[in-house]
Amino acid sequence: MANGTIAGNPAEVSFYEYDGKRKGIAGWLLTLDHKRIGILYLISMLSFFAVAVTLGFLMRLEMLSPGETIMKAQTYNSIFTLHGVIMVFLFIIPGIPAVFGNFIMPIQIGAKDVIFPRLNLMSWYLYIIGGAIAIVSLFTGGGIMDTGWTFYAPYSLRSTANISLSVFAAFVLGFSSILTGLNFVTTIHRMRCPGMTFFRMPLFCWGLYSTAWIQILATPVIGITLLLIILERFFGIGVFDPNKGGDPLLYQHLFWIYSHPAVYIMILPAMGVVSDIIATFTKKDIFGYVPIALSSLAIAFVGYLVWGHHMFTSGMSDTARVIFSFLTFLVAIPTGVKVFNWTASLYKGSIDMRAPMLYVMAFIVVFSIGGLTGLVLGTLDTDIHLTDTYFVVAHFHYVMFGGMGLLFFASLHYWFPKMFGRMYNEKTAKVACWVFVVGFNTLYFPMFIMGYLGMPRRYYDYLPEFQIWHVIATVGSWIMITGMIIMFVNLIRGLYKGAIAPENPWGSTTLEWKVPSPPPLENFDEIPVVTHGPYHRDWEDDSLEVVKEVKKH
Amino acid sequence: MSHNSETLAHEVHEGGHAHRDDVGSKMGIWLFLFTELLLFGGMFILYASYRYIYPNDFKAAALELDPILGAVNTVILLTSSLTVVLGIVALTKNNAKLCMTYLWITQVCGLAFLVNKYFEWTHKIHLGIYPNGPALDDMAQGERVFFGLYYTMTGLHGLHVIVGMAFIGFVMWFIHKKYITSTNLQKLENSGLYWHLVDIIWIFLFPLFYLIH
Repeated sequence: MANGTIAGNPAEVSFYEYDGKRKGIAGWLLTLDHKRIGILYLISMLSFFAVAVTLGFLMRLEMLSPGETIMKAQTYNSIFTLHGVIMVFLFIIPGIPAVFGNFIMPIQIGAKDVIFPRLNLMSWYLYIIGGAIAIVSLFTGGGIMDTGWTFYAPYSLRSTANISLSVFAAFVLGFSSILTGLNFVTTIHRMRCPGMTFFRMPLFCWGLYSTAWIQILATPVIGITLLLIILERFFGIGVFDPNKGGDPLLYQHLFWIYSHPAVYIMILPAMGVVSDIIATFTKKDIFGYVPIALSSLAIAFVGYLVWGHHMFTSGMSDTARVIFSFLTFLVAIPTGVKVFNWTASLYKGSIDMRAPMLYVMAFIVVFSIGGLTGLVLGTLDTDIHLTDTYFVVAHFHYVMFGGMGLLFFASLHYWFPKMFGRMYNEKTAKVACWVFVVGFNTLYFPMFIMGYLGMPRRYYDYLPEFQIWHVIATVGSWIMITGMIIMFVNLIRGLYKGAIAPENPWGSTTLEWKVPSPPPLENFDEIPVVTHGPYHRDWEDDSLEVVKEVKKH
Repeated sequence: MSHNSETLAHEVHEGGHAHRDDVGSKMGIWLFLFTELLLFGGMFILYASYRYIYPNDFKAAALELDPILGAVNTVILLTSSLTVVLGIVALTKNNAKLCMTYLWITQVCGLAFLVNKYFEWTHKIHLGIYPNGPALDDMAQGERVFFGLYYTMTGLHGLHVIVGMAFIGFVMWFIHKKYITSTNLQKLENSGLYWHLVDIIWIFLFPLFYLIH
């Protein structure tokens, strides 16, 4: 690395130092190594995340007092749309699979890479192109989109803002997501090392596997829906335009057929992370491994059938609404299976409350609040009262940000030593977690109350009686952002000044901790052979070896 | 040892796959074909819904289309699917030249399909039957939706024909360069599968638009 010419034995130097044919920046931008691609995703994703957080911060500032505070109504519409689009399409949906899935999953299944490395790089380029198109759409055409992230017809057909280009950006991002999913499913089927049966895979891989199927099966539907919006805007084909006989409700159906399962794209890999972290920091085999693995598939499956609960108030038959309500409740069963099994895994565990574990504990609490309020929204009569109020805003922030967001941070801390070969400061990380969680609840919990009292979402102005809640929420946003700043400063400091990380700092049992930190180019010197489940601890053997060398490659 | 690993690393990260996995490669293309089916699936759902809402308008609109043209195109596409298969068989028997001939026939069929489609569309457009066109704006709402779907679905299908032709074109180039041979024809098979998909989608579009009255 020092002189940029080392291209020695890839088994001895880390993948950062092994340059291959191309040096420097080209070595990164043209890399086919899943680990480098994971890092590329991490950098680009955190950049978009920072932008979206700033937009959220500005929105909260605007809501500090009734009437115009810091921006005009149209600007507010654009900012909440942009915040939603960036967060959903550029951070929450691809987040964990693209970053940690890419980096960790092949190592966890004992593979040297994903099965289609070129396709993997192409996915990243599609992601960047999609992001770039979204940015270009801000400054061209009729200006920043103002439809909300759902692009509901007929408004999205009539708005003079630059909808077509933003929708096209989402289409390209969808393509990226499909290709990643396709790559992961094939990799998990074909690249597992000897002895790594499906039921010996770490639960993170199960989460990714279920997610990848949703990516493959749901994303094309939103692809076509978004394409129709574009065609409708350019040529007026009339499929969703009520003036021409089209039905805007069909738009909502098609949109949510994808976008509800997308919620599970966000959360399933995150739940896989929880299982891995709990097994590590309780020093126990995970309780009910098989039910947890299968519940991921069950959530993925039932998740397809529940889109209608987004449309309880948009006009559907009563029968349909009751059925969708019932199916929505069904998702609680596999989710409950997971949460109860995690809790059982904690029982009599030797719990080591490190930063990743702290984030996981926070997740369980916060996500339970999000899940239970989901039941309130899935119930027909309460939903009709609460639809399109701040209650919904609070609910999905608890589920998405409190779910995927918190676990993204947990993964970042958990795999930080593996990815970068350095440790962060444990104490600071815990402080950051506490500040973040306090801020998070101060920010979003008042929204439940506001929503219950009738504050509609997406409104720029509000009645004075809501102000107290908005002030609390805005102050909460400051605390939460402070927590994130402490966290990232700590991580970045660790990147440069942290102690050198050992191979397995947490005493984990899964395969990625059996290779050096950071891993060498091809992950494994010898192809590992797995002889038992992922969380098995052999207490007699002090080194906790899972891998047995059998053959040279 | 050091040298070996380095070469291997180059194969993995610079050149291609260190290990060839035909089954994995075929799995990948099948999964991709699923996504294509679902893409069209969304459109088929729209078609079904609107047909349910406007049964009479759909009948009236379908009478505007020429089943002869559609049938000709169906025959053309079915033939092209056959020639792709014959091409694959020819290459497994080490007859690259015959394979190329069959693939050329496939390409010509694809082109013929598109030319036929072009004449069909321009004729309709000439009559004023296109979104926001004079004739279509006078029609009933259901007929307008019908033609909206007609242009979108056949247009999207036409786009897939072009993509399929490009796919086969690349494969032909690879066969010409001997990158694809009788022992390594996964790419050829994959392009064939893609072409069959394009064919199958048309087989559904044809009756839905041209035959059901």
